[in-house]
Amino acid sequence: MEEIGLLMQGFAVALQPDNILLMLLGVTLGVLIGVLPGLGGANGIAILLPLTFAMPPVSAIIMLSCIYWGALFGGAITSILFNIPGEPWSVATTFDGYPMAQQGRAGEALTAAFTASFVGAFIAVVLLTFLAPLVAGFALQFGPPQFFAVMFLSFACFIGLGRGSPLKTLAAMMLGFLLATVGMDTVTGQLRMTFGSTEMIRGFDFLVAVIGLFGISEILVSIEDGLTFKGQKARIDLKVVLRTWAEMPRHWAIALRSAAIGCWMGITPAGATPASFMSYGVARRLSRHGDEFGKGRVEGVIAPETAAHAAGTSALLPMLALGVPGSPTAAVLLGGLIMWGLQPGPMLFVEQKEFVWGLIASMYLGNVAGLLVVLVAVPWFAAILRVPFAIIAAIILVVCAIGAFTVSNAEFDIVLMLAFGVVGYVLKKLDYPLAPLVLALVLGDRTEEAFRQSLLLSQGDLGVFFSTWLGGSIMATGIALAAWPLLGWLWSLLRPAAGRERPSPA
Amino acid sequence: MSATGNDAAAAAAPPRGVRTVAVEVATALLLGGLGAAAIWDSRRLGAGWGAEGPQSGYFPFWIGLVLAAASLGNLALALRAARRGVKGGGGLFVTWPQLRLVLSVLLPTAIYVAAIPFTGLYLASALLVAWFMMRLGGFRWWSAAPAGLATALVAFVVFETWFLVALPKGPIETWLGY
Amino acid sequence: MTNRSISRRTAALGLPALLAASPALAQRAWEPMRPVQFIVPAGTGGGADQMARVIQGIVSKHSLMKQPLVVVNKAGGAGAEGFLEAKGARANPHMLVITLSNLFTTPLATGVPFNWRDLTPVKMLALDEFVLWVNAASPWKTVAEFTEAARAGRLKIGGTGSRQEDQIITAALTKATDAQFTYVPFRGGGEVAVQLVGQHVDATVNNPIEAVTHWRSGTLRPLCVFDGKRLSGTEKMTANEAWSDIPTCKEAGLDVEYLMLRGIFMAPGVTPQQVAFFAGLLDKVRETPDWAELMQQGAFNTTALDGEPFREWLTREEARHKTLMQEAGFLAQPS
Repeated sequence: MEEIGLLMQGFAVALQPDNILLMLLGVTLGVLIGVLPGLGGANGIAILLPLTFAMPPVSAIIMLSCIYWGALFGGAITSILFNIPGEPWSVATTFDGYPMAQQGRAGEALTAAFTASFVGAFIAVVLLTFLAPLVAGFALQFGPPQFFAVMFLSFACFIGLGRGSPLKTLAAMMLGFLLATVGMDTVTGQLRMTFGSTEMIRGFDFLVAVIGLFGISEILVSIEDGLTFKGQKARIDLKVVLRTWAEMPRHWAIALRSAAIGCWMGITPAGATPASFMSYGVARRLSRHGDEFGKGRVEGVIAPETAAHAAGTSALLPMLALGVPGSPTAAVLLGGLIMWGLQPGPMLFVEQKEFVWGLIASMYLGNVAGLLVVLVAVPWFAAILRVPFAIIAAIILVVCAIGAFTVSNAEFDIVLMLAFGVVGYVLKKLDYPLAPLVLALVLGDRTEEAFRQSLLLSQGDLGVFFSTWLGGSIMATGIALAAWPLLGWLWSLLRPAAGRERPSPA
Repeated sequence: MSATGNDAAAAAAPPRGVRTVAVEVATALLLGGLGAAAIWDSRRLGAGWGAEGPQSGYFPFWIGLVLAAASLGNLALALRAARRGVKGGGGLFVTWPQLRLVLSVLLPTAIYVAAIPFTGLYLASALLVAWFMMRLGGFRWWSAAPAGLATALVAFVVFETWFLVALPKGPIETWLGY
Repeated sequence: MTNRSISRRTAALGLPALLAASPALAQRAWEPMRPVQFIVPAGTGGGADQMARVIQGIVSKHSLMKQPLVVVNKAGGAGAEGFLEAKGARANPHMLVITLSNLFTTPLATGVPFNWRDLTPVKMLALDEFVLWVNAASPWKTVAEFTEAARAGRLKIGGTGSRQEDQIITAALTKATDAQFTYVPFRGGGEVAVQLVGQHVDATVNNPIEAVTHWRSGTLRPLCVFDGKRLSGTEKMTANEAWSDIPTCKEAGLDVEYLMLRGIFMAPGVTPQQVAFFAGLLDKVRETPDWAELMQQGAFNTTALDGEPFREWLTREEARHKTLMQEAGFLAQPS
């Protein structure tokens, strides 16, 4: 096979000593960037991009893509330890990761998250190595109607998963949608819901809302029971890694399914965030222990992390092969390629073989390096929970403020973050589920955009969503999934089930 | 800490605090108000279905409508629960001692956020960390002050010099030439 | 430099004896005394952002300035946020803004209180070209065939953003051809090009850099360039075509011209010395090979203006945008 030979050459490039050094540096920086909420992969890489300007392109892309892997790994850390998603795609990881940490199983959750990330990325890289041209063609099939179908499917996977009051779930979801519409309407360029305020033009960034709703509100809720964090008695040593690994093979089916979802969403390119939600929803539906999701099931960590990392990796494929970025971070890397004088797109695979295969080889090696770095650090991360509350709470607040600011360099966002913290505290205590709110906020505007683009294309004909086999079949799956809980609900009316006193996760 | 003493006292007498019903009603009203605001604003934009699909205000209009309706429902449920609750005692949203704990974190944070535009992020962060350590952690000033400074310095080195990210700065940083 | 910044610090401390030195300093060549913020009124990864980061990279690689250049993205409200920030930073010499056409379109389309006269123009670095692209599998080989098809049935044109440059060009096309087009906005230029490759839209007006790779791989076909003269690149991009082989729209019978500003501005109220420093800095940037490569890659129009001619150009373009947007009905409705 030609690919194997090329890949070996790629390894030879990536394994030069200075490139290995850059790889480790990149992964470490990436983890740091991923841990700091707000300073996500896209911002982090954009910031460091000019520094790589003087390097040869292969070394530069190796370092930057390793920052990307590091950021993907790092996003899980604060989600699990403090319920603060460092990146949008780690929101779903908080649903079960944080309860695990509260039960003193932070080490287990972190190990599971990192390993799952690695598995997801690995599967995606293999796909990239052997199927790149084929898969790039698949991505071309996705216009606005197909994109809307994918978004619809993401929502459908989540409908009916909450067990709280239906009215409150509905209100929370609508609030999320409403917040997503604030700012400039991308289709007509009109300002919506800004009420004349220039601060509102920016809209509500997802990360600002999530840092407040999840992170700050969690601090407020937890101090009601005294000025401590739960889960500080975690046993911390490297053995937890081995113990968790012994458990991991049991979840191979979830990992494979989640990786498949991730690769698909990364290529389409819907991105890692819908992938993580969809994968979590599917895992919960198909699990025999579905009711225990949200209370600290390790599957609830494995599923979103595998999918997010698989999506994050495969998102590089449309970028390289088509010049269309599958994620914000990929968009910045794309800018980097152009700066180094490389033209992303179909010709890259033909004209810049050394670069492309050096990059692909570095994906294999970078993920191994990333896994080693974060696993060695698991006990240290978990030990953060032992720092006295007064210190760690203040530092979390400072980090959250910095994170909220850096998302779009706005001081007003820090105020919003705190406001969302109070809102989250109240909603959480009143059993309004936050997951639908966040899902609607993160996917709402893109869904609306795809819907309206489709109708512009079809000049108002709703049949456009079913006009292709691809879009039609995704829509049909979505409708079936959305109807499933309705059927289940009818069934439960006939046969009242026990044990549904606890509301939905998060 | 005084909180523990209050908790002990609370165990003896029935706990007092903010009633859940009050917060439920307030939240439902607030969300309903947001829904109404959305309906109002989207009518300005055009909330209809144009020749080529929905207009700008179409989705906000219906979202606002559903939000308002759901909030009315929640309001009704809360009020019904309240009428029953009079006999049953009524749930508490938060007890006073709990609220004091929450405010002991929330108030300094609010002051911190409000101060950032004037003092810059670094100074405010140093003060927040030191305050938390002294007031909530019982640390002495000679350990809290260096810790606060260290936090600000680390943040400064990482963001301002390493990553070249400009965070909000105040008079002190200006004076230092940044 | 070090000496000067120290004396500035002591002056700030309020030592009156040293205060007298400050006016003398201003007379001499000015230099930045602290990190310079480089505001990008667009998101990360777009054309303006790329150019800003290339400039940042060139400045640090060739050590053109002692203080670092810090890129800050303020994309909210189609860039309104970034412009308002610069407008509010009166007399702050440590702030640059890179602009694109949203310098004109955003205030016109949204009614945000801002105008380019609120900033200090420093230099026009280049002009970005627009090319009319169709899918290579489509039957349209010339502009004439394209316009004929457009008159026969409504064609779909994909573009970046709403009421911005791409949609303005589409409106100008309608005016020039009497054909109606359906304009479909997407988020970024790369995405738009791929939508055309996937045949979800019929045509685009992508910048050269956004679509060149698809042209070279044989999936897209350029019909004409919206400039007064042909592009300068003579190197063969496909088997038998170079940038310079693409006709201008005017010579192909479609009288539409549009170029997008890539210019640098400063906050209002800065001194001429401060403007002169950054104008000089940008001249040095433009002389580097890295810059030349970017210009060639993106087939930019390398016209550079500063001072009075730049102001005249801006005045003219503003008026033109206003007319174009008014005719298309893109102006903000007073609410």
